[in-house]
Amino acid sequence: MDVFIAIVQILDSTIRLSVPLLLACLAGLFSERSGIFDIGLEGKMLVGAFAGAAAASVFHSAFIGLGMAILISVAFAMVHGFASITHRGNQIVSGVAINFIAAGSTIILGQAWFQQGGRTPALQPGERFDAIVWPGAEAVRDVPIIGPIYAELISGHSLLVYLAFLMVPFTWWVLFRTRFGLRLRAVGENPAAVDTAGISVAWLRYRALICTGILTGVAGAYLSMVQNGGFVKDMTAGKGYIALAALIFAKWKPVNAMFACLLFGFLDAAAIRLQGSPLPIIGKVPVQFMQALPYILTVILLAGFIGKAIPPRAGGVPYVKER
Amino acid sequence: MSTPYAKLPAWADYGLIPLINLAVAFIVAGFVVLLVGENPFRAAVILVEGAFGKGTGIAFTLFYATTFIFTGLSVAVAAHCGLFNIGTEGQAYIAGLGIAIVCLSFDSVLPWWLTFPMAIVASALVGALWALIPAYLQARRGSHIVITTIMFNFIAASIMVYLLVGPLKPAGSQAPQTRNFLAGAELPKLNWIIELFGAKIRSAPLNVTFLLALLMAFLVWLLIWRTKLGYEMRTYGHSPKAARYAGISETRIIITAMMISGALAGMMALNPVMGDQHNVAIDFVSGAGFVGIAVALMGRLHPVGIVLAAVLFGMLYQGGAELAFEMPAISRDMIVIIQGLVILFAGALEHMFRPYIQALFASFSPRSVGMEAVKGKGA
Repeated sequence: MDVFIAIVQILDSTIRLSVPLLLACLAGLFSERSGIFDIGLEGKMLVGAFAGAAAASVFHSAFIGLGMAILISVAFAMVHGFASITHRGNQIVSGVAINFIAAGSTIILGQAWFQQGGRTPALQPGERFDAIVWPGAEAVRDVPIIGPIYAELISGHSLLVYLAFLMVPFTWWVLFRTRFGLRLRAVGENPAAVDTAGISVAWLRYRALICTGILTGVAGAYLSMVQNGGFVKDMTAGKGYIALAALIFAKWKPVNAMFACLLFGFLDAAAIRLQGSPLPIIGKVPVQFMQALPYILTVILLAGFIGKAIPPRAGGVPYVKER
Repeated sequence: MSTPYAKLPAWADYGLIPLINLAVAFIVAGFVVLLVGENPFRAAVILVEGAFGKGTGIAFTLFYATTFIFTGLSVAVAAHCGLFNIGTEGQAYIAGLGIAIVCLSFDSVLPWWLTFPMAIVASALVGALWALIPAYLQARRGSHIVITTIMFNFIAASIMVYLLVGPLKPAGSQAPQTRNFLAGAELPKLNWIIELFGAKIRSAPLNVTFLLALLMAFLVWLLIWRTKLGYEMRTYGHSPKAARYAGISETRIIITAMMISGALAGMMALNPVMGDQHNVAIDFVSGAGFVGIAVALMGRLHPVGIVLAAVLFGMLYQGGAELAFEMPAISRDMIVIIQGLVILFAGALEHMFRPYIQALFASFSPRSVGMEAVKGKGA
């Protein structure tokens, strides 16, 4: 029974740890499917986290925080769009720039506004998203098997967690069942064809980037307002890049993205749980190996040893109309 | 890289436009300073004075510049071949391992001038090998070099952390770093050069690696513009199709370019490790690899430009430290913002002001933008 409880707990933290990855991964999905590479997921999450925590603590409202996180994150996405769509700049260079501007400005502004070494004030109850306890969760807790699963795994997460997982079918529906989604996928594969059909390539890509900004904003808000009670400098700590890896791992598909993020979240949860304690059969696994595993797996996948990851064909190429 | 824009005179292309882009980046940074509640002009004065006002400042500026010359050259060599090596950070980090092995084995028996060449070779070799796998995957498996090099940055960091908290850490020590090197692995300082000009230097880590960096800048120039390999690399960078048609082996050129890039990145580690800290510590690269991207873009991928841009960033780092001292509201992270803005305006938005400048040139002298030739044809 102890083993079972331990497994449920690991799965529970898997869910918590994979939510920011999932949101960022879906964000990347929108932009990359429209043909815009986005290395700047990391930076947009970071500004989202900062704006969310800062606004929530100033206005004493979690929802104002969330709104501000989305707003600022979308603004950064628009900078990326301005550089890479309007001015046809190198998308990777632009993404790198956004990551730096985000990393620097969150610390500088945080220090100037709150004077707590780049942190925002600790969020009070009501300023952060609290756990939602589902009806009857406490009553069934003692029921074997189903009890812990219902009480730990399903119930007791914050609003943003459920939102993140609902975004998976929603993203699938938008991309594969709506006209906007069809066009968005088309513009990532063959923008000239979309242009010939009389649809603005630039506007379509801008809209895709707005979706990206919204989702990275929510991901950032989750980090600073759910997982942590406030903003800490550099709190994304490479999650934007893991999300990028997950996106490739998922072969640019929403449902796969969820499983990839759960896998990477699980690796993280297991690494934290084990902390270097020996595993049966394998023996002691260094924590660093577990942390590097998502990246190693992605490289192996990219190398074509486990299936083939084929990116959207027009990805990374600015669209030039007149040639 | 083909641009959908007409030609400008060379001095405008290589001098005026980068300067305008840089100026805009600094103006925006000035607004951030304003937002923080400080005076941007005073900040700029403190920054420049901190970097060049005293001999010690100059030495520190050049010390940082040394690091950035290496990473800038590394990014530039790959970029000439059309490859975006974002993995400079990881290649430099893991190269610390090569240096550690050489220094820890020989620092008690050999003098520095024997350890140094071996460390150069070791760092370049490890850096090149770390770039080899992404290069091979790009060339033969078609996996995107940007993604693989990012992944390799994280893998390098994990390996180094594992080694520095475990096998490489001396017994009984708590700090995650190797033992301090002995005299045989300490590089001589170059501060006397600045002292020749009458300046006083308290203690600054400027060392012989600076000369190595300048030598590498020259060799990169030689490689890119004066050798067959460099020509092939530039051809591939301009048009992979043309290169294939000309019989240039895609695999060979990608792997060679990336390994040279990785070797240059690896040599960067010599400067902080052997010249300053005399040990290999966790995160000793601390973002210098990414600064290389800004430096390479700012320097327009030309070694001379890169050396100038590296000095500029060295100035920002040194002056930024002084600035943090004078204005408590501004920490060194201000540099990260400026770095990001430079990458944005000199890299991603490099063509933003081009049409306006072109129009300006055309209105003053149509000949300078090549309009005369078009008219001549029509007549």
